[in-house]
Amino acid sequence: MNKPIEPNSFRTGPDEQGMFGIFGGRFVAETLMPLILDLEKHWNEAKTDPAFQAELQALSTHYAGRPSKLYFAENLTRHLGGAKIYFKREDLNHTGSHKINNCLGQILLAKRMGKTRIIAETGAGQHGVASATVSARFNFPCVVYMGATDVERQKPNVFRMKLLGAEVNAVNSGHGTLKDAMNEALRDWVTNVENTYYLIGTAAGPHPYPELVREFQSVIGKEAREQIVEQEGRLPDVIIAAVGGGSNAIGIFHPFLDDKNVEIIGVEAGGRGLDGIEHCASMNAGRPGVLHGNRTYLLQNDDGQILDGHSISAGLDYPGVGPEHSWLRDTGRVKYVPILDDEALEAFKLTTKLEGIIPALESAHAIAQAVKTAPTMGKDQIMIVNLSGRGDKDVHTVAKMMDMEI
Amino acid sequence: MSQSEAGMSGMKSTRIDALFARLRQENRPALVTYFMGGDPDYETSLSVMKALPEAGSDIIELGMPFSDPMADGAAIQAAGLRSLKGGQTLAKTLKMAEEFRRGNDTTPIVMMGYYNPIYIYGVDRFLADARAAGIDGFIVVDLPPEMDEELCIPALKAGLSFIRLATPTTDDKRLPKVLENTSGFVYYVSMTGITGSALADTTKVSEAVNRIKRHTDLPVCVGFGVKTAAQAKAIGASADGVVVGTAIVNAVANVLGSDGKTTADPAEAVATLVRGLAQGVREARLAPAE
Ligand SMILES: Cc1ncc(COP(=O)(O)O)c(C=O)c1O
Repeated sequence: MNKPIEPNSFRTGPDEQGMFGIFGGRFVAETLMPLILDLEKHWNEAKTDPAFQAELQALSTHYAGRPSKLYFAENLTRHLGGAKIYFKREDLNHTGSHKINNCLGQILLAKRMGKTRIIAETGAGQHGVASATVSARFNFPCVVYMGATDVERQKPNVFRMKLLGAEVNAVNSGHGTLKDAMNEALRDWVTNVENTYYLIGTAAGPHPYPELVREFQSVIGKEAREQIVEQEGRLPDVIIAAVGGGSNAIGIFHPFLDDKNVEIIGVEAGGRGLDGIEHCASMNAGRPGVLHGNRTYLLQNDDGQILDGHSISAGLDYPGVGPEHSWLRDTGRVKYVPILDDEALEAFKLTTKLEGIIPALESAHAIAQAVKTAPTMGKDQIMIVNLSGRGDKDVHTVAKMMDMEI
Repeated sequence: MSQSEAGMSGMKSTRIDALFARLRQENRPALVTYFMGGDPDYETSLSVMKALPEAGSDIIELGMPFSDPMADGAAIQAAGLRSLKGGQTLAKTLKMAEEFRRGNDTTPIVMMGYYNPIYIYGVDRFLADARAAGIDGFIVVDLPPEMDEELCIPALKAGLSFIRLATPTTDDKRLPKVLENTSGFVYYVSMTGITGSALADTTKVSEAVNRIKRHTDLPVCVGFGVKTAAQAKAIGASADGVVVGTAIVNAVANVLGSDGKTTADPAEAVATLVRGLAQGVREARLAPAE
């Protein structure tokens, strides 16, 4: 793969065709195409409409609880003996993760487009919960597609969605994880295209989704930038975030992409190791292909059949990644590294004990990378880790890994 | 000038064009049959393919299995998985067409599926191999006109047809864009939905067919939801072709035991169904339209 020429700015994509270099695009069935063009039109109007922005801002503040805190993890810092570690506390948001940022933005778009029904896919259930939440708040019926495996390992979230009035449909095809949920959501959308808004949960899918999800999530990075300057008087040396589809990561990365001195690291799910197929490290072990509306790095075989992958973390258990990350990988601006299931689990336990914060298993992947990187840095250096969500939903999985009953 | 002429300028008449010219004289619609290449294994599937024209199929849609067929219902999803489990690959699907061509040089073969396996195979290599195998055209579900540079334009340059899907959501404003680089025929998807769903209101379908015909000289074939001879007859009254897929895939599935072994001859099961459908399209224009 040739490295694309380095652009003047890393923050101008996508182009009008929805491409980030060779990645992105609109690879969808014709039935969906008119709707996607309509979404793009409404999105282009909304992003410059002060009324839309004001409504989103008010909801972010009073409903979701933004800005989220930037917390100095003093004990973890001391324990690792290197760079100062800050957590961007997306776990403190309403519904417990960064997913609410995107859902609030998109539900306002759905309203603007006059849609009357919401569908969503979910892996960890955090996006499903956030979708069910905004659907309750704005009085939309909501159908969530969730792989059968994930329904099993994220039970608390399934119940939360149902309490919020959503219908949760377990998907049995494939391994019953996020990829399969997304296929089924797309099938629903194609069938109910007239009245239905597809609230995609990550910075992937056909254009304009990767762009609009990024914009709704960029609030994370914008706040973090202000907060670190306020607390430390300067920008961080390193930023780390976990990458599933890539929404929390692109949200915190994007405002820093043109700050050349800020090193940016995305963490993929290394599962049980990159040698076999039991991981979800599409950018480390996959190659470019086309799935779910966009071209991006995918785990696939030589015949172009998509592999299922594996991760302990349902939110990272996806064989693809948002197209902007693929482009950032190829340009070299962001480094993507794998973290194994076991390493994430250790980081989960460490953070819980040292900081009194139970992180989501997804976020624990980012912390595990911090555990590796921080000790190699000086004590006067600064690192921000995106704590994308809280770990309450994962206690069953962790108990099982620890051979404990709850 | 029709789009097919534009795309095929300098080419001799294609198998697809020749077929529709003949059917116009016979005043009947084409029967277009979809089956899944490699379901449940290569040899069985090849026997199904060979049975299709003999039973009355005019055009063969050769399904290319994909792990994530997001526009397909349960039946075609399952068929694709059976095929992949049986070891099918895109290379083998091409080989199947080539073997079929040795005994049949007239029935058009259109490969239908999703883009990723083609992208991974390599577009140029794929087009060259498809041509050599005697393929006539492609239907690729996840390549709308906005993505024409990927495969559509190269296919037209290689002298192969790119058959586009038009749907109920493709309005008059968008139709010209959808038809622009289409060649061979237009595939009208009878409903907003996935394969295997119930048939839409036939009156609405014929209105849509007439609407598309106002924009193009190309034949318009209708698919999604057609399962019986009676439905083929009803749709065929206005459409230039009727596409049947799920019913054929089900005919194969129905003769597979729980262990995946055949309990009866799939080729014969499919042939029986297709003979009935062929009868349907032959009656489509006999009775005056109701
Ligand atoms: C807490 C948390 N972090 C991260 C992710 C991964 O998604 P993304 O990469 O889009 O941020 C999820 C997905 O469910 C999640 O729940």
